[in-house]
Amino acid sequence: MNATPLIQISHLEKSFVTKSSWLGQWQLRRGKIHRRKESVHALNGVNLTINQGETLCIVGETGCGKSTLARVLMGLTPATSGEIHYQDQRIDHLNDHKRMMFRRRMQMVFQNPYASLNPRMTVYQTLSEPISFHNQQLNRVEINSQIEHLLESVGISPSSADRYPHEFSGGQRQRISLARALSVEPDFIVADEPLSALDVSVQAQVLNLMMDKQEERNLTYLFITHDLAVVEHFATRVAVMYLGRVCELASTKTLFSTPKHPYTRALLSAIPRLDTNMTQPIRLIGEVPTQIEKPIGCVFQARCPYANQRCYETSPKMLRQTDGSSVACHAIEEGRLS
Amino acid sequence: MNLLTVNNLNVSFRIKGIELAALIDVSFTLNRGERIAIVGESGAGKSILGLSIVNLLDKPGYIKSGSVKLENKELSKMNTRQLQEIRGKRIAMIFQDPMMTLNPVLTIGAQLVEAIRSHTRISFKDARNIAIEKLHSVQIASPERRFDQYPHELSGGMRQRVIIASVLLLNPDIIIADEPTTALDVTIQAEIIQLLLDVCHDNSMALILISHDLGVVSRVAERTLVMYAGRIVEEAPTLELINDPQHPYTQGLLNALPQMSLPGQRLNQIRGNMPALNDRPSGCAFHPRCPYATQKCRTEQPNFIYNGISSVSCFLVEDMLEEEKSEEDIDLLDIEYTTSHDEGQA
Repeated sequence: MNATPLIQISHLEKSFVTKSSWLGQWQLRRGKIHRRKESVHALNGVNLTINQGETLCIVGETGCGKSTLARVLMGLTPATSGEIHYQDQRIDHLNDHKRMMFRRRMQMVFQNPYASLNPRMTVYQTLSEPISFHNQQLNRVEINSQIEHLLESVGISPSSADRYPHEFSGGQRQRISLARALSVEPDFIVADEPLSALDVSVQAQVLNLMMDKQEERNLTYLFITHDLAVVEHFATRVAVMYLGRVCELASTKTLFSTPKHPYTRALLSAIPRLDTNMTQPIRLIGEVPTQIEKPIGCVFQARCPYANQRCYETSPKMLRQTDGSSVACHAIEEGRLS
Repeated sequence: MNLLTVNNLNVSFRIKGIELAALIDVSFTLNRGERIAIVGESGAGKSILGLSIVNLLDKPGYIKSGSVKLENKELSKMNTRQLQEIRGKRIAMIFQDPMMTLNPVLTIGAQLVEAIRSHTRISFKDARNIAIEKLHSVQIASPERRFDQYPHELSGGMRQRVIIASVLLLNPDIIIADEPTTALDVTIQAEIIQLLLDVCHDNSMALILISHDLGVVSRVAERTLVMYAGRIVEEAPTLELINDPQHPYTQGLLNALPQMSLPGQRLNQIRGNMPALNDRPSGCAFHPRCPYATQKCRTEQPNFIYNGISSVSCFLVEDMLEEEKSEEDIDLLDIEYTTSHDEGQA
């Protein structure tokens, strides 16, 4: 593994203002008019490094900020504060023009192939657009041969290049999305729940394809999912997110054999497994709250069975454990939970 | 007597004069209080089967032949009026997306009360009390407050709880749950599954769970039916099905799960895709994707054969059974021969 990480994310924060209209922000309170901006804090200081050639999986429930992280990382939406470095260059504050060369090196595959492919463009058009945009020196013949090669490499017959997305099945569409991402020869691919719209057997096909491509091109993946079985199979390292924070980061093996954070434990115990001995899942009370107020203390406090006064007051720091994983939890730090 | 008997059910869609078969000769039974699961990929006909049990098929779909019997009442021949007596009261359905099931412009309470009052003559106040009690029984905190809220004010898991409460209102005998947890997170999924199990157990209701998630199925169902291209290809007790799948399709489905391969290794995919309704392969519909397909599989449809534990529709399994049988016959002959031989010596 390389000494310098491919991507370094530090103290990344992102909040969305919910009341967007200027008039809606004024409130009458105790006889005085106040202006109040309500915002949802989707990311609350995320620190992550992604190494060259690895697959970092991000898991967490709906609303924990997984997708926001992906979008901020890709520059699809600006960060509120924090820094993103690609190799040694800071990329989060670049303008569109300067960002372009990084767009070429970072690509994204979206969750729903029905929505992410333009229904009015043929597969050929979908693929030729990024290729000709990023390689203006190529002529038509060269582009054609590249597209043919691309389609073959994702297992789609090049003869169907003139068809439209609706003529393909879900799995095939997701392969086309992957082909589109690969068309500009990126180093890094962000995949936001690429399998969740697919059947088990088709999931296996797409996952195999992604693994093949990784081996072939030494790709680095940031893989976002809530399917822990896929994570166990596919990931090098796993980051567990809860309410806009990373609460545990560990190698896949360590995470699945000895989960530490109370949330990770509950999450892992909830996976419906095939084995016959029925272990009762650890029940979490309630659901993920939305973060309107900036959290004070640990983000997991409301659902945590081990929460004490300190958890309500100060937010835990990511601490490195003896087995190489990092956990943000007071209970573990204090030795109340081992 | 079986609670529900589905016998040789054929469902078709007629589109522009072309008839497309969605279900072919589907037969199964369900006992009182039993929990079964129907699994298969998208397009296998799982949801169509769920809908045709209560005759909720939309045009151009229709029941072509076969019967669906609830005790001794034939459901497939009933008119809408008679069906309304069955739907909700005897057989209730839970759909995948709770936001689509609940009416967004009515409060939770209004919808629950309407469901009760359309089936029983009861005052609004009494109906409200029943609704609140049921909301409480599905572990919704402060049900009185929720009663007056709209669906969008509730989270996904909470909405699915409301749906389960609405199903409980009329104490049906059968719940058909079509992918009830697919839209939910794992932790919420675990809770909803536990709730469904408790609800069925406490009220001795039968459950038909339609799912593509074999992990969920293994937690819930006692018996599992595997569907492929409109037919049931295997039926077995869930544990047997998972530990010793017989049909190559079931084996493929189980092997495709990430848990079944070593981390980092390639997954065992089933090659190809589920055929569309309009180009069903000849013979056994699975043969283009089956690693064991023979000439016979391409031309003939295998029968559904019971092997003592499970029922499978596959020539491979059929042949194996026959071999075992003939081997047993040979064994018997051997024993007879040796015994008579021994006697002769004595």
